[in-house]
Amino acid sequence: MNKACNSISANISYGTQQKKYRLRNLKEHIAEGLLLLCAFLAVISLLIIATYIFYSGVPIFGKVGFKEIVFGMVWKPLEGSFGIFPMIAASLLATLGSVAFGATVGLMTAVFLAELSPLWLSKIVRPAIELLAGIPSVVYGFFGLIVIVPLIDKYCGGGGNSLLAAIMILGIMILPTIVSISETSLRAVPVEYKEGSLALGASQLQTIFKVTIPAAKSGIAAGIILGMGRAIGETMAVILVIGNTPQLPGSLLDRARTLTSNIAIEMSYAQGLHQEALFATGVVLFVFIMILNIVLTTIFRKAGEEK
Amino acid sequence: MNNTQIKISTKNLNLYYGDNHAVKNINIRIEEKKVTALIGPSGCGKSTFLKTLNRMNDLIPYVRITGDVYFEDLDVYKDYDIVELRKRIGMVFQKPNPFPMSIYDNVAYGPRTHGIKAKEILDEIVKSSLEKAALWEEVKDRLKQNALGLSGGQQQRLCIARVLAVEPEVILMDEPTSALDPLATLKIEDLVHELRNNYTIIIVTHNMQQAARISDQTAFFLHGEVVEYGPTKKIFRVPEDKRTEDYITGRFG
Repeated sequence: MNKACNSISANISYGTQQKKYRLRNLKEHIAEGLLLLCAFLAVISLLIIATYIFYSGVPIFGKVGFKEIVFGMVWKPLEGSFGIFPMIAASLLATLGSVAFGATVGLMTAVFLAELSPLWLSKIVRPAIELLAGIPSVVYGFFGLIVIVPLIDKYCGGGGNSLLAAIMILGIMILPTIVSISETSLRAVPVEYKEGSLALGASQLQTIFKVTIPAAKSGIAAGIILGMGRAIGETMAVILVIGNTPQLPGSLLDRARTLTSNIAIEMSYAQGLHQEALFATGVVLFVFIMILNIVLTTIFRKAGEEK
Repeated sequence: MNNTQIKISTKNLNLYYGDNHAVKNINIRIEEKKVTALIGPSGCGKSTFLKTLNRMNDLIPYVRITGDVYFEDLDVYKDYDIVELRKRIGMVFQKPNPFPMSIYDNVAYGPRTHGIKAKEILDEIVKSSLEKAALWEEVKDRLKQNALGLSGGQQQRLCIARVLAVEPEVILMDEPTSALDPLATLKIEDLVHELRNNYTIIIVTHNMQQAARISDQTAFFLHGEVVEYGPTKKIFRVPEDKRTEDYITGRFG
């Protein structure tokens, strides 16, 4: 009797235990599912964005012609002329120009911070540069409009709203990206390399330019390409200073319009084919950014293999 | 007295890392074209002392040095341009540290830095330096390959070749075999044997057998001081100081 009671109570407690386990497993599954959903949100967003842009932007290539759009020189959407070549050119020129400026200044800044700067000075310079990254782009544009555009007008003429103004603003905007990534990779260069070079009688600058920078080159390249991505996608700051005339810029002082500003300016009132043409602009931009990303991952993979 | 020349000498040399008195009152005279071994337990100041000779300690903040180091009668810290000094006093490090570039570029780095541009001259320097470092036969067909692909022992010999390419008079070696396997170690030791005919070599090692095998003179360091300095044979057979004897017979260290 006593024995039977024991075994019954054991059975009951075994059952509740089982329930507890099942409940816990269920909770685990739900939590895992939620995490998975969050992880997929980014991927799904990317897919939806890509699909939507291509779905809306690709048909016009069939209707008007790929060549007429990508290599067309005249953008008069209300008259049925959808050439975006001037915008492609302006985007590329603004990006390359700003990267030439930003990469040079940024790399030198990174070298200074990583190798030469006394501690107290880097405590001022580094936060200042990091702060640059936090300034909203419209503020950059405003600064460009108030300061840089009048300066260009005063010293170079042409009104000031120009490709040059956009290059300067973008060049400053991408500095934090280039500086912080380059500095990190310069600091990661083993001190043994520097010692080896100095012990051979190389000066500090020779060591930096012949050993340290080459050893950090993949990180520096990654920083520059990330900066490029930011420059080509920037819209607000550019709209405010570039003048936005859809023409092929003949010089740095000419007004121009980039792919991003084209979409931002006209999307609010565009309809029909015009709207499709704006989506086509987005497709072209998308392709450029994809190319940059592929180059970037290739560089990272190569850098990983070297180590 | 004898016909050996003194290449490097120090007078009351002291070095402090902040408050830490790492090298204490060293007076030592190092002979030309001899191998001088610096032995002693870890942290006894032998590597630090070695680095005062080509001023590598200049890189480290909070280091203070008093006393004098003479290289051929001129003061290392007052009379020499640092580039000139390091050209004449080369250094090989504990961990092989070839640059992440080709074998050729590694050896040519020094001469290029000092202004040699002509390809024929560089080719010649690279070849002869690699030959002197007993590495030429192993790498002559892959000079353009990355030096990081070499084995540890080959990398260390490449580092020696890189130093030889600058045509130094003195070579400082800071535990050059501590990261290498026994066979690679043997090759480096053979190389030191070869090089002693033309160069003054100062080698830090905590391998006592190595010091006994390859050096002419030995200095025993303890707690930043030189306890005993003299011909290697004498130090290892009849040490004068009890502490030297204890260290050599393996009672501590």
